[in-house]
Amino acid sequence: MKKGTVKRVLAYLGSYRIYLALSLLLAAVSVAFTLYVPIRIGRAIDAVVGKGAVDFSALLRHLAVAGAFALAAALLQWIMSVINNKITYEVVRDIRSDAMTHIQELPLSYLDSHAYGDIVSRVIADVDQFADGLLMGFTNFFTGVVTILGTLLFMLLLHPTITLVVVLLTPLSLFVARFIAKHTYQMFRLQSSTRGEQTAIIEEMIGNQRVVQAFSHEEKALEAFDEVNDRLAACSLQATFYSSLTNPTTRFVNSTVYAAVALAGAFAAIGGSITVGGLSCFLSYAGQYAKPFNEISGVITELQNALACAARMFDFLDSAPQTPDAPDAQRLQNVKGNVTLSHVSFSYRPDQKLIEDLNLQVKAGNRIAIVGPTGCGKTTLINLLMRFYDTTKGSVSVDGCDVRQVTRASLRQNYGMVLQETWLMEGTIRENIVMGKPDATDEEIIAAAKASHAHSFIKRLPQGYDTLLSENGDELSQGQKQLLCITRVMLCLPPMLILDEATSSIDTRTELKIQDAFSRMMKGRTSFIVAHRLSTICDADRILVMKDGNIIEQGTHRELLEQKGFYYHLYESQFASAGE
Amino acid sequence: MFKLLRFLKSYRKESILAPLFKLLEALLELLVPLVVAAVIDHGIPDADKGYIVRMCLLLVLFGLLGLSCSVCAQFFAAKAAVGFTAKVRHALFSHIQSLSYTELDDIGTSTLITRMTSDMNQIQNGVNLTLRLLMRSPFVVFGAMIMAFTIDAKTALLFVLVIPVLSLIVFGIMLFSIPLYRRVQLRLDQVLSLTRQNLTGVRVIRAFCKEDEQKEQFARKNNAMTAEQKYVGRISALMNPLTYIVINLGIIGLIYTGALRVDAGIITQGAVVALYNYMSQILVELVKLANLIINITKSIACGNRVQSVFETASSLKAPERPVRETVPDCPAGSPYVEFDHATLRYRNASADMLHDLCFAAAPGETIGVIGGTGSGKSSLVSLIPRFYDVTSGAVRLCGTDVRDYPPGALRQAVGVVPQRAVLFSGTIRSNLCFRKENAGDEELWEALRLAQAEEFVRRLPKGLDSPVSQGGKNFSGGQRQRLTIARALVGNPPLLILDDSASALDYATDAALRKALAGLPQKPCCFLVSQRTASLMHADRILVLDDGRIVGQGTHKELLASCEVYREIYDSQFKKEVNAG
Repeated sequence: MKKGTVKRVLAYLGSYRIYLALSLLLAAVSVAFTLYVPIRIGRAIDAVVGKGAVDFSALLRHLAVAGAFALAAALLQWIMSVINNKITYEVVRDIRSDAMTHIQELPLSYLDSHAYGDIVSRVIADVDQFADGLLMGFTNFFTGVVTILGTLLFMLLLHPTITLVVVLLTPLSLFVARFIAKHTYQMFRLQSSTRGEQTAIIEEMIGNQRVVQAFSHEEKALEAFDEVNDRLAACSLQATFYSSLTNPTTRFVNSTVYAAVALAGAFAAIGGSITVGGLSCFLSYAGQYAKPFNEISGVITELQNALACAARMFDFLDSAPQTPDAPDAQRLQNVKGNVTLSHVSFSYRPDQKLIEDLNLQVKAGNRIAIVGPTGCGKTTLINLLMRFYDTTKGSVSVDGCDVRQVTRASLRQNYGMVLQETWLMEGTIRENIVMGKPDATDEEIIAAAKASHAHSFIKRLPQGYDTLLSENGDELSQGQKQLLCITRVMLCLPPMLILDEATSSIDTRTELKIQDAFSRMMKGRTSFIVAHRLSTICDADRILVMKDGNIIEQGTHRELLEQKGFYYHLYESQFASAGE
Repeated sequence: MFKLLRFLKSYRKESILAPLFKLLEALLELLVPLVVAAVIDHGIPDADKGYIVRMCLLLVLFGLLGLSCSVCAQFFAAKAAVGFTAKVRHALFSHIQSLSYTELDDIGTSTLITRMTSDMNQIQNGVNLTLRLLMRSPFVVFGAMIMAFTIDAKTALLFVLVIPVLSLIVFGIMLFSIPLYRRVQLRLDQVLSLTRQNLTGVRVIRAFCKEDEQKEQFARKNNAMTAEQKYVGRISALMNPLTYIVINLGIIGLIYTGALRVDAGIITQGAVVALYNYMSQILVELVKLANLIINITKSIACGNRVQSVFETASSLKAPERPVRETVPDCPAGSPYVEFDHATLRYRNASADMLHDLCFAAAPGETIGVIGGTGSGKSSLVSLIPRFYDVTSGAVRLCGTDVRDYPPGALRQAVGVVPQRAVLFSGTIRSNLCFRKENAGDEELWEALRLAQAEEFVRRLPKGLDSPVSQGGKNFSGGQRQRLTIARALVGNPPLLILDDSASALDYATDAALRKALAGLPQKPCCFLVSQRTASLMHADRILVLDDGRIVGQGTHKELLASCEVYREIYDSQFKKEVNAG
């Protein structure tokens, strides 16, 4: 088991010290009360000797005291549970919110290369399981330990020799529990990782159910699912069965202890060193003394499981975040829009070269178009401009400032980005539009929406700008989503723009209308435009033609056509038939 | 939940044996107080040490027997619970696969994923505990009461009073907390969906520097969930203290009544101790029962939610007696695809998506579908493989209504390239073999060649067996797109639908693709959906859609002359070049 995991959990508990202390205190007091009740009841039983020999005044006194203590114990126990609930759920909340913070700080290289389903399963299912374990740990572990200690004390006061019998035999119980826990940890870990595997499949297949169905791939998908499902069932059976052996075995040890106490107690009663009431009290203690061992061992298995889950969560939290902004990072301000790439090399994987020694100077206000066959590195270039990825070699700078010297936030705020992959968040249309400018007025929003030609479809929606979109806005068409993404940028208008296939899903009639707005938007702003439709980039100041990570041609539309190079062919192929 | 229990059928033996063994163990436990009472009433007063030793050995023997029973019970319970859950998971996965697009729209992906994952875990846990403990606890409770009656009926009447009060507390709290747990689960769903959203939208979130805002929003939902959890926790936490109080009051009453009976010489001191022990046993078991019930409650809530997915039937009914088992070859000259006054309105929508469409496509004909965003292009083609059913009218394939084919046969005949280029983790080969499981290498390369993907796949070190990561994230958008086109071409489907599939392709690739398709010896009937006239102008016929209606059909030239909408689209794409060039 990982020591580090336990330490991390304790660190999270640290901020709830006071509550923890209070919970411990309440556990101690309520257990002491609980233990005191049988003593009084034992004395009450001693008052019931036989026919005509019952001491009723002593009996009633003892019973009254027992009742009062029982009431107090119950009240304290409830308060303790409330505190334990608070600690557990708030710790879990803290962990989840750290996970969310971490997601925001992870480099895109991590997110692009990990299955979302697996990350989600860690943040949701694993943390949930952890919460269950932790709560059980609190409610049963503390009280368990205190009960053991308290019982020991009370028993010593009652009869030291019989206590010795109990103390000598119970470690067996602990030993058994430890043995089982040790052997089930690995099984739980395997179960947990197999579960993650299955979640990834579920996420993939159900997430893309439409495609699965379009290809009648259901059976194959089910086959793949069943393979993991069977493995999960097998390792789950192991984990469940072996861990559930803890209770019966410890219970057996306990009944042996009980029998031994009965034996020793009965002998002592014959010798007169203990009363019958004392013996019955002792027996109830022997039961109580053993019970926490049961519970603790149950809790230990649960905690094993919880720790395995926590370990997976911490694994995720430990994945290296992106290099933080330099401590002396400046805010990029008053950007003019001169962008320089010097000797930039970059690849996603060390064994596959992509961009090598790329140089580019863009003057403020220039409109740069990037074209080239798919996979030539256009999108990569944008990843570097926005600093979603850092260059392997060389530097990207804006107005002479290396982008690594400024804060990411200020760099990105100076870019307006519209991507081909439209993404909308859960929320209203309005919330989605004002992402870049939260304090925008209604007039500004509507003006932006009119400029991007989104206004007409938005106003036809049932609740207009307040229409709720679900996760990823599935109720809108691809083109409508793209219009919203454009509106988003239209609203905040930063000094530099990136349009990566920004209009690929919009019909050209609408696009033509947006083009005007785009032109106005791009005036005086440095813009990077990636497009397949060459029609959209003819009037760019410079066109970069990329192939295999290199810029192979650059110039204006006319210049490139005259060169009769790669661009010319691209253009020809697109409009070969236009002149018919 | 209870309807889910049908999946336990194949574990009937285990589901009976597990509680049975548990009962045996409980029975042994119930005998313990009697043995102790015997020790107190006979062993101690008579100072009979041999008797005491025998009785104590008997207690150990009970323990040993209990252990073996319990191990068996645990095994059967684990086996049944795990097996049951595996079956439910399988069935649910399979059921989700059968849902139509309409239901998938309705339920939502993230909900389905929760049902398949955390709900299932909870169900497994619940079934396991139920099999092990649900029978045992009531058995011990009532067993203890019966044993008490055998000792002294009058004192035992207290049991009759205590047990209902306890049950009232236990079940009252339980009933109250069930809906609360359901709300907690709902909150968890929200947190889950927000987590997913932050992963899928990471680029946009960062581009707009919304990290902090997302964190805040997450914190809000997270806090709301914590508040609910604490509330429901506080209520369920009442259970133990309340039952504890009742039991102790019961014990006090018991000893007092017992004392009166002893004073009257009706019962012995040992009998009072035995009664006391039985009452204590009730407490232990009820506490277990209470915790168990909380757990089961959660599981039932999860089970109900899973069941509700099962109850969502696919709105696409496979024909009971298909008119035709497979899509036949179509004689030349007769229409292959026929739309007969086809109208489509999505569920919960207020207006028709497609309205009264009529047209026919011949075998081998290439039909272009063009129109603005939201004009219904994709909806039109989604009617052919029956992703959605027409609201009125009909769509026919080879003269037979698509609703009269088995859905599998229909989709076997249609190769679809969806708008969004989705690949699945595995290899290029496993992705290409989607339509035809046993396709040979040659066939796959041929499809790749047609889809203009041959070149880059050839360059991959492992070729067809190159790994594809989840969602195909290790390929560029254009590469993914070409692979999805190749996937649709494997097995030479007689009908091909490219739903705006060329949008991620550059024009040169797009043109090469069209040329390759046109050159096929057995040319499929082909539906090309696009917004670019350049992609469609060579189609045999072009349908122009506007607002769900066909506003023009004909060849490129005819439409240029006759259809204003088409002309506008065309001009928007070409006029400028003519000027610029």
